[in-house]
Amino acid sequence: MLKLYDYELSGNCYKLRLLLSFLGVEYKSELIDFYPGNQHKSPEFRQINPLGQLPVIDDNGLVLRDAQAILVYLASKYDPSCKWYPRDNPEMLGQISQWLAFADGITGTASAARLHDALFYNHIDVEAARAGAHRLFRVLDEHLFFAEEAGQDWICPGDHPTIADIACFPYIMLSEEGGIPRIDYPAIRRWSDRFKRIPGFTVMSGVFPAGPAAKDSSKAVA
Amino acid sequence: MTCNDRILIDDWHVVADLDQLLQAGSCKTYLLGVEVAVTAGRDGQVAVTLADGKQQLPCQIKYGFVWTSLGSPERETIHIPEAFEDDRYIISGGSFPVKVSGLRVVENFLDMGHFPFVHNGWLGEEPHTEVAPYEVELTEDNEIIATECYFHQPVASPTAEGGIEVEYKYRVYRPYIVALYKTNPLYPDRKDYIVLFIQPVGPEECVVHNMLCYIKEGMKEPDIRWFMQLIFAQDKPILENQIPRRLPLDPRAETPIRADKVAILYRRWLRDHSVSYGAIPATEA
Repeated sequence: MLKLYDYELSGNCYKLRLLLSFLGVEYKSELIDFYPGNQHKSPEFRQINPLGQLPVIDDNGLVLRDAQAILVYLASKYDPSCKWYPRDNPEMLGQISQWLAFADGITGTASAARLHDALFYNHIDVEAARAGAHRLFRVLDEHLFFAEEAGQDWICPGDHPTIADIACFPYIMLSEEGGIPRIDYPAIRRWSDRFKRIPGFTVMSGVFPAGPAAKDSSKAVA
Repeated sequence: MTCNDRILIDDWHVVADLDQLLQAGSCKTYLLGVEVAVTAGRDGQVAVTLADGKQQLPCQIKYGFVWTSLGSPERETIHIPEAFEDDRYIISGGSFPVKVSGLRVVENFLDMGHFPFVHNGWLGEEPHTEVAPYEVELTEDNEIIATECYFHQPVASPTAEGGIEVEYKYRVYRPYIVALYKTNPLYPDRKDYIVLFIQPVGPEECVVHNMLCYIKEGMKEPDIRWFMQLIFAQDKPILENQIPRRLPLDPRAETPIRADKVAILYRRWLRDHSVSYGAIPATEA
């Protein structure tokens, strides 16, 4: 069975738990003691990922690191509908890749600020991280606003979310733990509410589900 | 903000997890608004000083944590018999900074009413939201004990399979130290034990250190830490959004319900001991 080297409080691990849940793929979590045990930096774990980072998957002997890379792999392999990663559509692939790289920027800023505030990563320049996150959130908020105006619900065109949405979602939702309020980004808020109503959505600690009324309405549609 | 509460100044507080300190060699942190430096020498000797290095502070290692005091401690740190039982794991679930008064964290820890909402699917689930009546007392040792606390929990422990009716006992030892005893699924007559040693960093900021004493049988060590962090990280955003960030001690400031019986006594007990750090003191009527 697919194995996910997993840590509950990691937004990057959460990206994969989300996609696996949306796709209904069974997997086994191998818990890594990221904090306080620092197990991802241990010599044993570096045999699995020399970068000493989570997440990693082991799919029948194929070992992959990097959340975005794994999203690409899982969606390509386990989504027969090809909607999460439309691999025959060059325009979509280009745009998805653009936003996957953008999601890495969110990790480098919003997630860094959270590590500083929540897990004693004192060497991080938290003010710079917060400012960087706000710059990215502004860009995404504007993008989503104009997308909505064009009748588009998701980051990339089409009527179905893609792995770009999954890649951006976790560290935006956890940003307040790093002292980054989202009150100035209404289009991001509407998009995240839509995201939470995707059938198969799961939470992680620090991310709350959409309200019950919203859940019922999504059931009615589904 | 400086602290003027003698009961807090002259008491022991945790300022570092020993394992983390030994990895880092030294760290700086705040206790009651005062910056302190914690260092581990090559010989493993740990010392705590004011951050300017001008004054050595009392220091002791207990339960895997570094304890210090800004004054002259008049009593020992608390004694926890469970920490010396060989058939228990004794581990830290990780120290977590929280941007709220530590007194709010204690009160949240004592509250069963939030289980079905904040810990939905784990420590409770809707629509089973009612908190049954329970007993509260102030002991001769000046501790608050709540007993006969029953709650149905879908996933009560790191290894729980299926929902069980759980019995809790809560215990407030000191203003910033609180513990719970909780039914062990395998041994109905014994309880797992969780204690929070809360470091008051500032009046609206704390670090929550914790010690988990779980009976080993049927339990794996990594699962204990995973479960603690899962639950605590659900509480954290709720705690950090509480307004005001300090705990109001005026009985009229926030409206309690019957389920808050233990919190009502906790607030009164804080008033009676003139604890104001992290609190909004009651105004005289």
